[in-house]
This record gives sequence, C-alpha cells and structure tokens, in this order.
Amino acid sequence: MPEIKVTPLGAGQDVGRSCILVSIAGKNVMLDCGMHMGYNDDRRFPDFSYITQNGRLTDFLDCVIISHFHLDHCGALPYFSEMVGYDGPIYMSHPTKAICPILLEDYRKITVDKKGETNFFTSQMIKDCMKKVVAVHLHQTVQVDEELEIKAYYAGHVLGAAMFQIKVGCESVVYTGDYNMTPDRHLGAAWIDKCRPDLLITESTYATTIRDSKRCRERDFLKKVLIPVFALGRAQELCILLETFWERMNLKAPIYFSTGLTEKANHYYKLFITWTNQKIRKTFVQRNMFEFKHIKAFDRAFADNPGPMVIMPGYCVQGTVGHKILSGQRKLEMEGRQILEVKMQVEYMSFSAHADAKGIMQLIRQAEPRNVLLVHGEAKKMEFLRQKIEQEFHVSCFMPANGETTTILTNPCIPVDISLGLLKRETAIGAAPDAKKPKLMHGTLLMKDNSFRLVSPEQALKELGLAEHQLRFTCRVHIQDPRKEHETVLRVYNHLKGILKDYSVQHLPDGSITVESILIQATAHSEDQGTKVLLVSWTYQDEELGSYLTSLLKKGLPQSTP
Amino acid sequence: MKLYCLSGHPTLPCNVLKFKSTTIMLDCGLDMTSTLNFLPLPLVQSPRLSKLPGWVLKDGSMFLDKELKECSGHVFVDSVPEFCLPETELLDLSTVDVILISNYHCMMALPYITEYTGFTGTVYATEPTVQIGRLLMEELVNSIERVPKAQSASMWKNKEVQRLLPAPLKDAVEVSMWRKCYTMPEVNAALSKIQLVGYSQKIELFGAVQVTPLSSGYALGSSNWIIQSHYEKVSYVSGSSLLTTHPQPMDQASLKNSDVLILTGLTQIPTANPDGMVGEFCSNLAMTVRNGGNVLVPCYPSGVIYDLLECLYQYIDSAGLSNVPFYFISPVANSSLEFSQIFAEWLCHNKQTKVYLPEPPFPHAELIQTNKLKHYPSIHGDFSNDFKQPCVVFTGHPSLRFGDVVHFMELWGKSSLNTVIFTEPDFSYLDALAPYQPLAMKCVYCPIDTRLNFIQVSKLLKEVQPLHVVCPEQYTQPPPTQSHRTDLMIDCQPPAMSYRRAEVLTLPYKRRYEKIEIMPDLADSLVPLEIKPGISLATVSAVLHTKDNKHVLQLPPKPPQPPASKKRKRVSDDVPEGKSLKPLLSGSIPMDQFVQTLEKHGFSDVKVEDTAKGHIVLLQEAETLIQLEEDSTHIICDNDEPLRVKLRDLVLKFLQKF
Repeated sequence: MPEIKVTPLGAGQDVGRSCILVSIAGKNVMLDCGMHMGYNDDRRFPDFSYITQNGRLTDFLDCVIISHFHLDHCGALPYFSEMVGYDGPIYMSHPTKAICPILLEDYRKITVDKKGETNFFTSQMIKDCMKKVVAVHLHQTVQVDEELEIKAYYAGHVLGAAMFQIKVGCESVVYTGDYNMTPDRHLGAAWIDKCRPDLLITESTYATTIRDSKRCRERDFLKKVLIPVFALGRAQELCILLETFWERMNLKAPIYFSTGLTEKANHYYKLFITWTNQKIRKTFVQRNMFEFKHIKAFDRAFADNPGPMVIMPGYCVQGTVGHKILSGQRKLEMEGRQILEVKMQVEYMSFSAHADAKGIMQLIRQAEPRNVLLVHGEAKKMEFLRQKIEQEFHVSCFMPANGETTTILTNPCIPVDISLGLLKRETAIGAAPDAKKPKLMHGTLLMKDNSFRLVSPEQALKELGLAEHQLRFTCRVHIQDPRKEHETVLRVYNHLKGILKDYSVQHLPDGSITVESILIQATAHSEDQGTKVLLVSWTYQDEELGSYLTSLLKKGLPQSTP
Repeated sequence: MKLYCLSGHPTLPCNVLKFKSTTIMLDCGLDMTSTLNFLPLPLVQSPRLSKLPGWVLKDGSMFLDKELKECSGHVFVDSVPEFCLPETELLDLSTVDVILISNYHCMMALPYITEYTGFTGTVYATEPTVQIGRLLMEELVNSIERVPKAQSASMWKNKEVQRLLPAPLKDAVEVSMWRKCYTMPEVNAALSKIQLVGYSQKIELFGAVQVTPLSSGYALGSSNWIIQSHYEKVSYVSGSSLLTTHPQPMDQASLKNSDVLILTGLTQIPTANPDGMVGEFCSNLAMTVRNGGNVLVPCYPSGVIYDLLECLYQYIDSAGLSNVPFYFISPVANSSLEFSQIFAEWLCHNKQTKVYLPEPPFPHAELIQTNKLKHYPSIHGDFSNDFKQPCVVFTGHPSLRFGDVVHFMELWGKSSLNTVIFTEPDFSYLDALAPYQPLAMKCVYCPIDTRLNFIQVSKLLKEVQPLHVVCPEQYTQPPPTQSHRTDLMIDCQPPAMSYRRAEVLTLPYKRRYEKIEIMPDLADSLVPLEIKPGISLATVSAVLHTKDNKHVLQLPPKPPQPPASKKRKRVSDDVPEGKSLKPLLSGSIPMDQFVQTLEKHGFSDVKVEDTAKGHIVLLQEAETLIQLEEDSTHIICDNDEPLRVKLRDLVLKFLQKF
C-alpha cells in the first residue's frame, strides 16, 4: 500500500526550528530549514544527520521548500546547504528570496560579531546558498522533476509567505508554513482551493486561542506610548496602523522604529506590493502605504525616557528574553551575566499573524484533506485541537514529536488511458432511458512497460495480432406441434415477441427467426411429423440470452386461442 | 477541433477554438487602424482643421460635405473615431466559455465582447496584463471622451455611397461593424470578469481541458498559452519576443510536442532591427534638441517607452542632454510608471536582482527623482506652467487621431526645427501624418517591434517541432510591398495552414485516448495475465462513472440476493436484463489434450474425425458434435443444458478471454 511518511526534525510539538521531512511516492522533500531562538548550542539547528549519516544530502532530498523569511523557518539554510552540504534546488517565493538573505546576514552578525561565535556560516555562504534558490510565483506549478510538482498558495502572515502543495501523481501533501486566515492592515488572508490533499501539515501556534477582533487590539494599542520591538513584517503593520491614526488624530509626536532593518524592509514592501492586501494594492499609485510621514528611524537617546510600555508584536518562544519578561520575571540575566531589572509596565498584545483555532478549522474546511498533521505549536494545545479536528471532520489527525515518524496510508486511483472508441460506446449505452441502473462496461486492460491502456476487446486482439476464436452453440429443441412448419415458426415468433419486449425479434423471409443475433430455425422431425425441431444457434457473447431462449422454448408454446 | 477566425489583423488576433466540448476565445484584439480614416480630435479649437473643405463628388454633388473633409488630397471622416471589431456573427459568442488574453495590447476589444454578446464566462489574464490593459483602456476612453464631438457620421457607410469614395475609404472593410469607443463603466464591468493567473499555473476548464499561460517575453505579463487535454496539446503563440528587454524571457521549452501551434503576433516590421532603431531614435532626438527643436514621440503609455527611457537614462549625460526636460503626458502616465516598478516577478533576471537589493527595477524612478523626467495627466493644469522648450514629449495616441499628441502636432508641425519620431509599429506613419499635411516638421520613422521575426520563427519551429502550424494568411506569403522577399514568410513542413477573417478551420488531428481512473478496490480485483513477454492483460468489467468530464471505473455492485420467497415467478421475470457482454475469446484448442480432458470428465465414447479445416469430435451417446477449427468451435447438442454448460466450460479452459 502506498504511504506518505512525515518526520519533523524541528517544530514537532514545538515552536521554532521548523524542519519537516516528507516522503511521498518515493520522493523526499524537506519543508523549511529553521533555527530555534531558544537555544544557543547544537539544538538551535535541526539534526540533519537524521537524513543521512555519511551520504550526501543531495542524493537523499529531491528538493527543499522554504515557506517564508522568518528565521525559525529559514535560519539554518546556509548551515544546511553550505556546511552540511546540499546542492539540490531550494524553492521559495520572490519576496522571501529577496528578504531572507538580509535576515540571515543579520542573524550571522549577531551570532558571530556580537556573541563572538566561531564555526558559524559566513556571508559568502549565505550568498552561495541563495544561488541555489529558485523563486516561484503564486499558483505556478513547478515541475521539480518528471513526477514531483509543487505549487505555492498565498499564506498572509508576512510578505511573501506561502503555503505549498507537493504532488506526485494522485498523491499530495499541503504544508501551510505560518499563515493567517484574516486579512490585516497590510496583508491579505491565506487562501487555498479545494485540492483534497492526502495530508495537510498545518501550523498550530494558536491552537486553543480564538482571538477577538483585531480592531479592539488596535484600539488598546493606540492608547499607549510605544517602543517598537524588532519584528520584520509586524513592524509594517503597526507602522500603517500608527500612520493612519496619527493622520486621523492630527498627532505630531514622532514615532521611531528600532532598527535600520525596518526601513530597508519598507522598501521591499513597496516593491512587492502585489503581495499585500487588496486595499493597499488598489491605492498604491496615489499613496504608497509604506511611505511613512511620521515614522522615522529610532533615536537611541529615547530609550531612557520614563514610562513607556513595551508592546511585543510577536510570538515569544520559550527561552527568549521576550518570553521571560512576559512571564513576569522582574530580573533578567543578560549575555555576560549582567542582571537587568525590568522596571517597565508589561502588557502582552497579540498582533502576530497566525491563524487561530477558528482559522485552522477554516483552512481544513477549504482544502478538505484526508489527514491532518499538526506542527509548530505546543503539545498540550495541539492535543486539544487534534481532538477537535477529529471530531468535526472525521479525519485522522497526527502530532508527531521531533524525530518521530508518522506514516499515512494512501489509496491512490490508478490512471489509465482508455480508447475514445470504447469510452464513447459506453457513454452512448449509458445514455439509455434507464440510467439509474449501473451499466457494466467491458474492456481489456493492456499493460506494457509502464503504460496502462484500456481498450475494447476487439482492439486488444488486433493490437496483439491475435485472431478471435468463435465459440458457437447450436441446441436442438423438440416441441410438439402438429401444424405446418411455417405455422410453428409463426407461433414461436409471436410467443417470443410477447415475452422479449426489450429485444429485437424478427421473422426473416427465409423462415427463420432472429432474436438479436441469435438464430432460430425450425425443421420437421425426420420420424415424427408431430414434433418440430428448433435449432437455436448463438455465440458465446450471447450466452445468457441463448441459454434463456432454449429453456424458454423447452417449456413449449402456450396454447393458442385460434 | 475547430478554429473560428474573427479578426483579420495578424497582430491583434481574435480566434475561437472549439476543443473537447469547450469554447475558448484566444485574445480579443481591437483593430484601431480604422481610426486613420477619421479627422484628429484637437484638444483646443483648431482653425486649420475646422476650415478644411468638405468633400465633393466628381459629379459635383455635395451631400457628403458635412461628413467628409479633404486635406492635402486625402479624404477623412469628420466624426468620432470608430474601431473595427472582431466578427460577432461567425458564431454565437454567448457560448464562449473562457477568454484567454496573451498581452495587454490584445485585450482592447474585451468590453465589446463581454458586455454586448451575452458572454457569461471567465476571462484569464496575468496581473500585469490586467493592470496595464486597464491603463491603456482608460487612456483611450479619456482621450476620446474629453473631446466631445457632436457629429456622428453614418451616411458615408452606405454601401452605395462608399463605392463612390476615394481609396482608402472605398476599400475599408466591414464599415457597418465599426463602433464607437466603449465607456469607463463598460471597461470596469469587462475587467471584473477577469481572473488573475500566474505563469505555469495549470487551470482546469470543466475537467476537460487544462490551460496554462507561459512567459512570452514581449511585454510585462505577456503570455503564450498551452491548451491541452491528457493527449492533445495546442500551443497558442501570440506576441512573443526573444530579445532581452525588460520582461521575463520567453518560455520555449514548454511549447514542445504540440499537435497544433497557432502562431500570431509576429513583428510588423520584419526588416527593421530593434536595436538599430533605438540607436537611431537616440541620435535623432539628440540632434533635434541640440539644434533647439522639440521632439515629439507618439507612444503608448506602457511597453517600449520603459526601454526608451532606460536608453535615454544611459544616453542623456554622455550626449549633453542633462538639462533638456523630458515630459510624459498621459492620464495614466503616473500609474504606468508606478506599476512598472512593482512587477518584479514578471521582469527579466537583471531587473529582479535589482529588486532584491532593494532598488526600483527601472531607472526611470531616478529620472523622476532628479526631475529629468516629469509626468502630467494632460497638457492642461500644471504642465502649462512647467512647460519649457526645447523639450522631449512622450504622449499618445500613436495613431495621431486623439490624445494630447494632436495638440503637439498642431503646435510644432509648422517648424522644421522640430521632429516627430515614430517608434510604435502599429500604424503606418504616412497615414498617421496625412491629416496634418502640409507639414514642415521633420518626421523620423524608427519602428521598434521586438516581436519574433521570420528567422526567429523558423528557429523556434525547428526547436519545438509542432505537428501542424496555423497562422494568419499574411504570414504565408511575402509582404505585398516586398513580394521578392520570400524569406519574409513562414517556411515549415508540413506547410502552415492559413486563416483569414471570418473563416472557420477544421484543425487536422484526431483524438484517440482519454484518461480514466481505476478505483483501488477494482484494481485489486483484476487478474493480469502475461500474454506475450512484457505485455500483460486483464479483462475489466466495471461500472463507469462520469462526472465533470472525469471518468472513474468502479467495482460493479454485488448482484442482489435472489428473494428467498418461493412465489411463482412469471416467465418474463427471467428475461436477462440488457445486454451483458461476454469477453471475446482467442487461442486455439489442441485436439489431443481436449480429447483427454473430455475423457477425464466421463465421456467414454469420444470419436474424432478429421475434416478439411480441423476436426469433428463426436460424443455418440450424448448425440453431440463439436466442430474444432483453428479459430472457431461449434458445439451442436440436444437441449441438455447441464451437458452444454459442462462442454462450454471445458472449451473455455483452453481459450484466453479478452
């Protein structure tokens, strides 16, 4: 039985280090190649030795797909391709291809230049890695090889985020990456067609959350003073929000963003405006929403001002500073053992663009998968969602941990070439008045090499250079009838005509009767003039009717009323 | 498979393909050359145009002098310009299921089709095609609507009258079909029927046909289309380019293995080399400006203009033109320049790389920033304040019949210092200039048409090897003005099938196979038999389900259990239902083994006689005779059903079923 195997190397019952191996119909695909924000040791990258101990990764993987530019989805890519070694194709969307190297370089700088780590990937490695990237359009069907094809769908979440369908023959898997089912101020909502994959691998960050309307959060947000925290993607949404608010309220107070990266990112948003939401795209000629009037780069002097509130516009992974602050720690141990006291007021407000439980269910409804597999979430919350999915959709739902393999049996149909002649003959019969009864069709399946062709039996014989063997039966049926032969024939004819209403029964001029292609002839018995012998003759193809006719005639003719 | 040809213009095609129960319109180009027969629409009252004399027939009759005016020996219709629509009578256009658009120039007739024919289908096009197509339509509607013309001439269209007119009006075809321009609400309604698609996206039509757009390299978002079923492939090549300009390069490989390749939209100027023309354009421009003259470039608001601006960007400093203002005047100038910068995914590799930096892909962003290029919605308003001479003006429409260009022709036409440079190849420049004669201004003709030329076509056809080529008749003979140039036509084997306006072609090909799916449980029940080395066969009896043009074979339902009741059945209840076909048989029956089998099954009195063609086996006691021949077996027996069935099954053991 064909099967699909899924093994998360990261993001299995966890958030961070997304990296999922999928084996489908003999093809191996790696979905995302992320790093873990919570670790600084080997655990920050997926364990690629799981794929192969000593062979080359290129020989084991048919392709790598990156869903979006967040580091927990692409942060390990240069390490994977340049340090472990992979030369096959890496697919991602155009905006991801554009922004990904910037973030990787930033990550490298922080790790190597600030923390002083060695044995990390270099700038050149990032460049070399990006050379292996093939950019894909939305909805473009990319033929990775003869059998394997992938297709990107819009995922919202961040600029260029995509969901991917991986398809081999009739079998398919959809991987969502991170997605958002509600449009926000700068991006649209994720969308997928009813592609009925064998397996949907979905993120489940907010597996148990159902969020209130974003408007409320926006209103709360706008009451407060703000120091934006680094977040590429979310920063743009907040910038638009503030910009519109400032304009409406005619506020003059300056707004700052914390890193130079945001400014650069704004340029990307301007150039990739086709990936944003409907409204921004419609109005961009008059007013590019990413050209801000009130928002400037951050001035460090502002940091010591009293009373600001921190807004965390993202998901804070366990182990990060953000998570510690949020969980209420008032004292933080920073890099270099320095203790920092948290004086500020802390409030958590979720602006991150992940689908909530409602959104996840909505996507499942859209795609109609046969199985669901949860990643990118916490085990406890996943368990809750898993039950909900199984209850509501009656599909199996899995949530493997890292390194654990889930096997899904698929039951693909077998595509076959049918000769048009045979198909047309069958559909013509199928158009008969009694269409409710299933009609059987008969054909011969020719299997040669890898081609499967269904043809009519006649054509099969002809193609194989074989002659048809005719099998014919002729039965002698004796009936008592003293009348003249032609009168007997007439009686037989009327009898059959009366019973076989759906058949063509004919009385031929030479004195014989045909029922469809069955021939009935009458002769007088050589010895007994009172007995007539009916010769009923049919071929094997008319076996049922022929057999029926002989038994019918054997019962004799009804007493005719003269 | 049939092709209905609704347009006679080879670069503005409109064809309808009927393929596997779908009706697909390929492009809907609008032939605007008809407007050349009309007087220009001046933005400000033009004394010259209004004083043109009415045209008088040879016999002196004057009844047409209100409708027709004479200018320098040419006769023009004094009316709102009209366009030549695709045929609407050749087939019922409300039956069209989908319209595939290849590029923004080939969709200009869309509102006429979607709004006036009862069309209820879907239009497919790429995002740049739709956005820029909208700009072209907006500009067209705007430039005609802002000059309201009271008069609408129709008398001259009368067949009897038209016969008396001078050429080219006399020879104009289908004048009764000419229509005025559509309106903005109609444009919006038409565009709302478009569904956006990306390159290499597979789009299913009713489960019967799959269509896929491919990059054609000609313009932003321009596409060729593959229309295919599982077994047949039609390629529609329309407006393709192999030159490296700004769009993504042409995808040639995907056109391979086509059964039919429909080829339209080749270069209109096969003898001109686009690179050479760009060079000439720059040097003529520089010369005029240096001599203190103005340069007028009639152009569309998108397309080649991006390339021209890029050339000028590199050229102006070295040519000492840094202080000359460049004006781009169009109601959609700003939009066009903005839109060009956001279609990174549809651009050539070099431009994509720039976006990754992130920098705008086209250098006209810098020209605008440094104030070298200025754009205005029209000559009114800001432009009149900023206007400085000498200058270079890019503006439409290339036909010189409407748009801001009319004003500049009137303004600059009298001075020989000025130059008008024609770069768009769609209109004959002499015809375009006719209503402005006599003209002192210099005229330079640098047509830039990046579409395929005949050398590239023959290379392409060799590469992709279609079984049949279909093209407009114009491509199967040398151009009428250069009848000796047999190299300026399509040369392929078998010769291309040609079409002309209002013709219906039956395309040469025959479908043989269709895809069907066998359900897994049915597949499990099949018993394959190896009949020859490497060839196996299995007989299939199954239920055929057809839904949405997809065919599925399922396991036949189990026969219902006969009712247990002993009720006496009527004879007719037993009549076999329908015609359930038995398989065909093949093989032959070996005499000796057959006799042995019979004996093993209790027939002790088997007697064999030889005949001319085989043998006769006699079972004396049963009064049964079996004729065995190479390809037939005939069992003749009394009406003893159990015996017959037994013999039948023994015979079947030796035969293969099909």
